Amino acid sequence: MDRSLVTAAVLFGLLLAMPFLLPLIGSAYLSGLIIKAMLLAIAAISLDLLIGHGGMISLGHAAFVGVGAYATAIALENGVDDIFLLLLITLAVTGLTALVSGSLALRTSGLYFLMITLAFGQMIYFTLTSLAAYGGDDGLTLWSLATVFGSNVLQGGNGLYYLVLGTLFATWWGVYRISRSRFGRVLRAARDNPERAEVMGYPVVRFRLIAYMIAAMIAGVSGLLLVQHAEFVSPALATWQRSGDLIVVIVLGGLATRNGAILGAFFIVIVEEVLGSFIHEWRLIYGPLLVLMVLFAKGGISHLLMPKGAKGYAS
Amino acid sequence: MSTLEIRKLNKSFGALTVSRDISISIGEGQCHALIGPNGAGKTTLIHQISGVLRPDSGHILLDGQDITQMSISRRVQAGLGRTFQITSVLPSFTALENTAIAAQAKAGSSLRFFRDASRETALNEIALSTLQRVGLADRAAIPAADLSHGELRLLELAISLAGKPKFLLLDEPMAGLGRSESVALVALLSELRGSLPMLLVEHDMDAIFQLADTVSLLVDGQVVARGTPDEVRADAAARAAYLGENAA
Repeated sequence: MDRSLVTAAVLFGLLLAMPFLLPLIGSAYLSGLIIKAMLLAIAAISLDLLIGHGGMISLGHAAFVGVGAYATAIALENGVDDIFLLLLITLAVTGLTALVSGSLALRTSGLYFLMITLAFGQMIYFTLTSLAAYGGDDGLTLWSLATVFGSNVLQGGNGLYYLVLGTLFATWWGVYRISRSRFGRVLRAARDNPERAEVMGYPVVRFRLIAYMIAAMIAGVSGLLLVQHAEFVSPALATWQRSGDLIVVIVLGGLATRNGAILGAFFIVIVEEVLGSFIHEWRLIYGPLLVLMVLFAKGGISHLLMPKGAKGYAS
Repeated sequence: MSTLEIRKLNKSFGALTVSRDISISIGEGQCHALIGPNGAGKTTLIHQISGVLRPDSGHILLDGQDITQMSISRRVQAGLGRTFQITSVLPSFTALENTAIAAQAKAGSSLRFFRDASRETALNEIALSTLQRVGLADRAAIPAADLSHGELRLLELAISLAGKPKFLLLDEPMAGLGRSESVALVALLSELRGSLPMLLVEHDMDAIFQLADTVSLLVDGQVVARGTPDEVRADAAARAAYLGENAA
């Protein structure tokens, strides 16, 4: 059986059992940490669709997390609290933002694409800081959260935990399916050799734009869940450093691999917490550690878990 | 009825005219060769036919349909297949996947997001039979990055054929091939010729004499001679002798 499926089964099995195991260790703090890692993983998986499968290196992906979070927060502030309606609003707003910015950004590729996504990301960041009615620079604490059929089960505890886990699973499964589908195959062809893909009859930019919108909408959903978890939004969610973190997560975990983004996200969150609890200047160790990981674990953490013979090119 | 018709094509870059009133018409089941010295404008003409460049004036018709203003991918969808002078395949895809994804472009929508494309037997069957046709069937599972140059030239052709073209544009298909590989490719192309009209740009005169029904000689962006390979050779030799042109 495929080793990456075993890894996935173990990962999701552990995550599923966590709410039952955590009370034994007695830590609500840990469950918050796991939610944080899962939210990071959701955004990272969506970015992997762009970078790993599509070869589009975006340095503005966190902006869509920010847009999703603000769309949710603003809707909540205005009395919309049904989670399905919030989801619809988030998808529409992030999808539309991606349609507009993607149409322009995808006229370029490579370094120019990276620069233009960085610019769009910063534009979105500054737009969010200027929303004075919704906290401006300081962000906004939310006094009401999303409900489902009028119930508040998703506002914390196990309800929220399983909502995030379910979304992570859906994202993981969905992006994997997409990567193997006809659409995903065209996306990979365009990554490999865009000129050839075009001469096979595929309008490359259109396919990339659709992938860009899908990725943005998934990132937006992670923003929605982030609001529900943190009960707070701030423009900091959308900074380009956050976009950089997402790239680190997928490169560390392994680009275009089935579990890379999840492994990378948990690795980063755990390392940050562990190092941070020992020393204040933990980033002094974090930096060299990343360098070592990239040098010695080429192909990412998920490749370390593969049997020797199976370390072929991930496609 | 002619399958590819080029009508009075003109193209200049500033003061440099690279295509001058070029008209070529290629009928059903015909192989037309385009020859000429370096810098004659062969590549620019190929670019205008395939859609990389737009002509300043003139029209290109494929099967009666005007494709002059279409994008590259639309032209392929309309039935224009092409091979590249410099091998262009998908290196991380296997030979089978390279061919299957080319077939996919002509087999319904590619906006399908859930079914595993590599398990679509219809596509894989087209891919495998196309690989068989070019003699690559036993290399189907090998990533393109690991194929030899000669095999890549064949894969290049298989990719074009899998898209079920109505017309094939062959840009120096023999480039970089050894003697025996060339002979095999010529044999393969002459098999295809009857069912698939093609425009062949090639330096290998032996190949042209074996494959081409008609030839156009391009010099300085103009068709200066056209006819059967023998006629054009005689004409070209005469021009070279009298005018000192470096033709053919």
